[in-house]
Amino acid sequence: MLPTDKLPVEPVLQVRGLSKSFGSNQVLRGIDLEVPRGKVVALIGPSGSGKTTILRSLNGLETPDAGAVTMGARDAAPSGRKGAEKPLTVDFGAASPSKKERARQLAALRDRSAMVFQHYNLFPHKTVLENVIEGPVYVQKRPRAEAVAEAEALLARVGLLEKKDAHPFELSGGQQQRVGIVRALALKPQLLLFDEPTSALDPELVDDVLAVIKELAEEGWTMVIVTHELAFARQTADEVVFMDDGVVVERGPASQVLRNPKEERTQAFVRRLLHEI
Amino acid sequence: MDFNLFWSSLGPLLLGAIQGTIPLALASFALGLLLALVVAIMRISSNKLVSGLGRVYVSVIRGTPLLVQLFVIFYGLPAVGVKIDPWPSAIIAFSLNVGGYAAEVIRAAILSVPRGQWEAGHMIGMSRNQALLRIILPQAARVSVPPLSNTFISLVKDTSLASLILVTEMFRVAQQVAAFSQEFMLLYLEAAAIYWVICLVLSTAQTRVEKRLDRYVAH
Repeated sequence: MLPTDKLPVEPVLQVRGLSKSFGSNQVLRGIDLEVPRGKVVALIGPSGSGKTTILRSLNGLETPDAGAVTMGARDAAPSGRKGAEKPLTVDFGAASPSKKERARQLAALRDRSAMVFQHYNLFPHKTVLENVIEGPVYVQKRPRAEAVAEAEALLARVGLLEKKDAHPFELSGGQQQRVGIVRALALKPQLLLFDEPTSALDPELVDDVLAVIKELAEEGWTMVIVTHELAFARQTADEVVFMDDGVVVERGPASQVLRNPKEERTQAFVRRLLHEI
Repeated sequence: MDFNLFWSSLGPLLLGAIQGTIPLALASFALGLLLALVVAIMRISSNKLVSGLGRVYVSVIRGTPLLVQLFVIFYGLPAVGVKIDPWPSAIIAFSLNVGGYAAEVIRAAILSVPRGQWEAGHMIGMSRNQALLRIILPQAARVSVPPLSNTFISLVKDTSLASLILVTEMFRVAQQVAAFSQEFMLLYLEAAAIYWVICLVLSTAQTRVEKRLDRYVAH
């Protein structure tokens, strides 16, 4: 697990002027974002506001049109990729590099971050344990025995050790998502990205998953969470960023943004979500 | 009907199936699948030239009759100095044919794997090729089983065309016995029945495999 006593609060993630269009639809219009080590940032906002696109860009699953992403030096590079001990900046605005160079940049981003998907995206042909060790063993080339031991410890933490030989289709959505979280943790990322981790779940399964994420936050993991669970965001996030239409409308401490939002759009959004409950 | 002839010809016909039809189908299917995998991966390449080559190949194979392909290889190629024996000719023609059809099956199966699976592969740090090999193809293989079984069943029946380039498989044996005994109806129905039994066995096996594999596929 990551050390929680981090004296100089260096940013693990810094995003400057991130922009992205899909065709004529501009989904990100110059986003700035900073996540200090050990902090949790919740991205909230209406669907289509660009939250998920930010997250996907951080994991190299989308290529922004402009802007830069800087990820801090990582303490230990499990994959042994060169350059991991230095901060990494990918400037998407720079004259587009060769395909190979771009792929290398995106791979470097992924080397430092891990994502938990809305629809889990577990590998259906692999068992729970195989899902978790796939990255550590086959990508990061870590010894199998070590990866298995770590995976089992992580699975035990989320109460799924006895399911390690099950296939995803034998698990509930909540269990699958907890495996998704363990798969991300097993990569030893310095930044955890959650893309609406509970919005595909049946309501009664949401709490188990949120409890796991909350625990990770308390442990000092650095996280960016896209969520519609405002109560969870208030309890877990250090900072809440409200986005609408591709821009950051408001940001600040969770309690302030969610309880006393300054901007009208934030007020309307929070009111609407609270009324739904 | 001459039942004595039925029983006495059953042995040679089955021998023709075991020594001709079945190995011909198996060898051609195995080679054809390998070829199909390569062509399917070419077809999904982002390189236009590579995917274009794959597309042309599939188009030519699917747009021309199998019998014509067989004849071009066995009777046509000697005209340009390439003489190939009946057996290898048949295997080449059938493999090329299966390659064209199965390539489309495999390509469709690869495309049917949800994009989230590619993304999860990339997320854990895999390159495109690693994700293809370890995440996508195993799932595509499972999706491909029903249509590929159909391709195989068709192939078993199509091997009868090899009789026309002098390969001694089951149907050629039937033709020979029929010509000798003049019992055309009996021999051809007998051959038909054996093809049918082989295909019944194959489709029963197919149903079983499908049921087992379906669970391991992302829906």
